[in-house]
Amino acid sequence: MTITLLLEQVFNGIQSGVTLFLVAAGLTLILGIMDLVFLAHGAQVMIGAYAATGFTLLTGNFYLGIFLAIPLTFASGYLLEYLIIRHLYKRDHMEQVLATFGLILFFNELIRIGFGPAALFSNLPPSLSGFVYILPETPYPAFRLIVIFVGLALAISIYILVAKTRMGAMVRAGAANPDMTAALGVNIHMLRRFIFSVGASLAGVAGMMLAPLTVVEPGMGEPLLILSLVVIIIGGIGSVRGAFIAAVLVGLVDTIGRVFLPEMLRAFMDQSAADGAGPALASMMIYILMAVILVFKPTGLFPPKG
Amino acid sequence: MKHTIMAVAVTTLMLANSSAFADSFKVGYMTTLSGSAGIIGKQMQNGVNLALEHTGGKLGGHDAEVIFVDDQRKPDVAKQLANRLIKRDKVNVVAGIIWSNLLMAIHKQVTRSDTLLISSNAGPSPLAGDKCHKNFVSMSWQNDQTSEGMGKYMQDAGINSVYMLAPNYQAGKDMLTGFKRHFKGEIIGEVYTKLGQSDFQAELSALRSAKPEATFIFQPGGMAVNFVKQWNQSNMDSVSKLYSVFAVDGISLPALKETALGTINTQTWSPDLDNDMNKKFVADYKAAYGGYPSFYAAQAYDTMMAIDHAVRTSGSTETEAMRSVLAKGNIPTTRGLLAMNTNQFPVQNVYLREVILDKEGNATLKIIGTVMENHGDVYAKDCKF
Repeated sequence: MTITLLLEQVFNGIQSGVTLFLVAAGLTLILGIMDLVFLAHGAQVMIGAYAATGFTLLTGNFYLGIFLAIPLTFASGYLLEYLIIRHLYKRDHMEQVLATFGLILFFNELIRIGFGPAALFSNLPPSLSGFVYILPETPYPAFRLIVIFVGLALAISIYILVAKTRMGAMVRAGAANPDMTAALGVNIHMLRRFIFSVGASLAGVAGMMLAPLTVVEPGMGEPLLILSLVVIIIGGIGSVRGAFIAAVLVGLVDTIGRVFLPEMLRAFMDQSAADGAGPALASMMIYILMAVILVFKPTGLFPPKG
Repeated sequence: MKHTIMAVAVTTLMLANSSAFADSFKVGYMTTLSGSAGIIGKQMQNGVNLALEHTGGKLGGHDAEVIFVDDQRKPDVAKQLANRLIKRDKVNVVAGIIWSNLLMAIHKQVTRSDTLLISSNAGPSPLAGDKCHKNFVSMSWQNDQTSEGMGKYMQDAGINSVYMLAPNYQAGKDMLTGFKRHFKGEIIGEVYTKLGQSDFQAELSALRSAKPEATFIFQPGGMAVNFVKQWNQSNMDSVSKLYSVFAVDGISLPALKETALGTINTQTWSPDLDNDMNKKFVADYKAAYGGYPSFYAAQAYDTMMAIDHAVRTSGSTETEAMRSVLAKGNIPTTRGLLAMNTNQFPVQNVYLREVILDKEGNATLKIIGTVMENHGDVYAKDCKF
């Protein structure tokens, strides 16, 4: 193992963390700040991926595909809030879980009916499939760097939106005491609908970023949901800054653990035992991380004040 | 979809309980119909339905009734469903099963209830060796067989070093074990990834720094799409040459298209295999469902044809009678007349295949050689019924 490889793996970890943040960002808004248990977040990632891939195949242009897909995911969030979600705010968490779990099944089936059960063809346009040398002799796919920039840009904008703007203040007030906020003349219904749609579009953007990298198929977002729940729990529910740091932490621990743990075990175990224990232990790493953090900080790394 | 299948299953059950259908022959077909592996199950379902169309809805002269159940790729769900098929639905045969870990989970309860269990895909090594049971028959392959073919091919091609990646479960272990049996060159890396993993960037970085001459992967279904895509995006062809088993196939090719052109893999079946039954199967499949069938569909089709053959030849629906017909081999399948080993796993050819574009510009597979002829697995000697 060389230092270059270690640095490259650290970079891979950061990249996978930022990608994870893209997915978790929308969930931070919806679950963390609006206090709505929303499990169909992975479905919105899928909708984003299908919208971008579908429009790209239709128009033959990747950029146009993304350009058309963003308003569509916003609209789908808006419609979903209007039809279903707005009836759930006052229900208890268990009912929200049931209803939004139902939405997962509904959206997976809808995609299956619309696009078929097979994976869609999606790839990068030639203009984005180049390489950048992040270290000597270490070519890195350019698109993955773009994903990092998009993730960073979104992290900063959400932070400013929630923590620094008047609208963010209204959102936080609305989550803390909806009746009082409404009495002060804030249209809480429209505000929630807007925030929910923003959350949906963020998930959609995550899907659009993932589409050229991974397989576009029904149910593609579900494994991400569990990871993003881990991220917002570690980060402190409702904290954008916490979610970002937790996402990068999870990405790093997962990547480094996955690559180096089996090798480390091989140093003091025989090959077959290490091959069995290594990957199993590596896939538990992020949950161990979560457990350890929760022991010392039960409300996560950066619990929102108040 | 899941609900439609449940509804169909429930209605067929209600009908089955009335005496009008007392003579029907029941097959419980377990596969994965939901989640990201749902496409595999769909192809198997198509294969089963096409077989029934070809037999006129009958199996060995009896009215056939197939109950499809969705195992969701979860061993616990598979166990519950198997229990229901045996005890409540009282099926004559339990068939299907994509995943080796699921087959391991249900094997004992099905075979011990004296119900015939036929695998349309999974072929874990313990069930071919000392844990074999006379009520279990494979209509696919033993996991090692296909990768043994690839190991032999790469050994014969004079390749010196290889880096291997497979998901961390029974079949992944079997595939790499099979590969190592015939490949004698240097193994630079043996990496077990997570089943269902979507991002392989970290593994590719490690692979790049290891600089192997060749890379051998087993990554079924969507995992192959992810792996091959990211392989190309990282320009790995300049570092190593990619060989695979159960990765580049009828499931992943529509999503990979020309990005997989020229890659080589081994398999016991191929859409261009030259025999009458296979030609009819592939042509009718394409006409009915659009697109090429994968080996999953072909093996599901073969499974139903084998049941038909067993019931017709023995003239009985008793488990032992059907089993002893299948144990004799000579089963008509899309792979020709299939011979059987002493452990009731097929003895068959392993073909070398390459990804090409057909006349319509669709990516498909073409046989470019036969690596092993009438190849049986190594575990059969440990199997005593």
